[in-house]
Amino acid sequence: MKQGEAVFAAKCQACHGEKGAGTPNDRLVGGQGSLPGDKPPIKTVGSYWPYATTLFDYIRRAMPFNESKSLTSDEAYGVVAYLLNLNGVIPESETVNAQSLPKVTMPNREGFVVFTRGK
Amino acid sequence: MKETSRSETEQVAGNGLLHRRMFLAGGAAAMGAGAMVEQAGAAPLAVESWMKIPGAPFNGYGQPSKYEEKVARTWASAPGTGGTGSSRTPHHLLNGMITPSGLHYERSHSGIPDINPDTHRLVIHGLVKRPLAFTLDDLGRYPMESRIAFVECAGNSGALFAKQPAAANVQAIHGLLSCSEWTGVKLSVLLQEAGIDSAAKWVLAEGADASGMSRSFPIEKALDDALVCLYQNGERVRPANGYPVRLLLPGFEGNMNVKWLRRIKLTAGPTMTKDETSKYTILLPSGKALQFVFPLEGKSMITHPSPGLTVRGPGLYEISGLAWSGYGKAAKVEVSADGGKSWGLAALQEPVLPKAVTRFRMAWQWECVSSSLRSPRRLFSRSHRPCSPSRAPTSARRSHPKTLPPGTSASDPTAPDCRRVAAP
Repeated sequence: MKQGEAVFAAKCQACHGEKGAGTPNDRLVGGQGSLPGDKPPIKTVGSYWPYATTLFDYIRRAMPFNESKSLTSDEAYGVVAYLLNLNGVIPESETVNAQSLPKVTMPNREGFVVFTRGK
Repeated sequence: MKETSRSETEQVAGNGLLHRRMFLAGGAAAMGAGAMVEQAGAAPLAVESWMKIPGAPFNGYGQPSKYEEKVARTWASAPGTGGTGSSRTPHHLLNGMITPSGLHYERSHSGIPDINPDTHRLVIHGLVKRPLAFTLDDLGRYPMESRIAFVECAGNSGALFAKQPAAANVQAIHGLLSCSEWTGVKLSVLLQEAGIDSAAKWVLAEGADASGMSRSFPIEKALDDALVCLYQNGERVRPANGYPVRLLLPGFEGNMNVKWLRRIKLTAGPTMTKDETSKYTILLPSGKALQFVFPLEGKSMITHPSPGLTVRGPGLYEISGLAWSGYGKAAKVEVSADGGKSWGLAALQEPVLPKAVTRFRMAWQWECVSSSLRSPRRLFSRSHRPCSPSRAPTSARRSHPKTLPPGTSASDPTAPDCRRVAAP
């Protein structure tokens, strides 16, 4: 996770803000509980994403924005661990790898309903 | 002048909407549309300068006239990026049903990749008997099919859901929609080549752009009308629209029609990519979100008259626009010129095709009867179309109204009763 924090500061923070707070690009942390109701929802990894493995996949294929696919798998896992920790999903002590990540249950895991028309 | 039958000038709805037979019987001339045209009098027709010297030579790829340079896409990108965002088709300046290739809308997540067609490969793997890698030449050896289809972004018309009406034209509000003739190989043919494993229920499609944009869809769509496209309006697919090969899933939201297609993987279930979880899902007031909302709902829009185009004064005009549905044909369109109080049936331009746009036209005798010349007129269109394959056409969707004060360009849309709220 320390490595993830370092990679984030070096490669992610400029767009996603310190500790993933956002601006100028997508906010990555916080917003839990903001989805229902009339006020504008805050959709982040922690408040909205249903699967943690999606985060690893997306970072590895699409990020950093200007040099996608440049992180090693270890670096990507590190950033994933850092973001999940910032969102309160895993403790700092937890390691994230190919075996452990699929077992992480995201806060909004049950938040999706498959669309079926006319039923 | 030919005698006009009563039915041709018959008003079918309030504020001057005329029967669609006007378009068939030459009624427009009889109605005196010519009265708006300059009378050719005794003065000779001018011999212009361009008639006296030879013109420009040939060139390899023709371009529009320089006088048409305002017919162009507009776009917006995410902060710090050039090609992450979307560009919009100028529908108010176009006609017919086909969007010129250079004006087809785009939605991209990391700009347009500069793909070498010689090294690009399309791989089909996963739950298949024989994983395959196709070159473009390989793909070109399979029997091809052409199909006219619209592509629309799920976020199109999002401005209609703002609390205050947007003072914007049809490009700004509805410009994330285009329609082309697509030619390619059916995905079902390629999957047959690879041999579909009985456990395969879903398909992952991945693009070769920097964001590796990828989406999953049920295998039924792959076996139905999914097309692996190599040509757009007769020439190779444009880079902005997926060169050298893109996926077309007719009627499904634009994001799923993966551009710069490099990989198809057959899987047991959905992959749950970023763009089908954190994006392209529809948040409901309850806090739950709808996922896998695939076919685009039916819609229509008026392209002319439109904010930005000046209507010079009372007289005969053509109201025109487009209607479409991700479920099938947009085969019945109505227009209202009195704010929705009454509706008249519009003429439809043939051919009316499933999952393509339909061009509609309505004759409108506009009489500015109010004492104030600035009195606005609001035009609505709505289209009736199948909402699911098994139901008769029942659903009417209202497009946004156009305020039409003479000489001004304000528009005054109100939110339609449309259920699509997707925001990418």
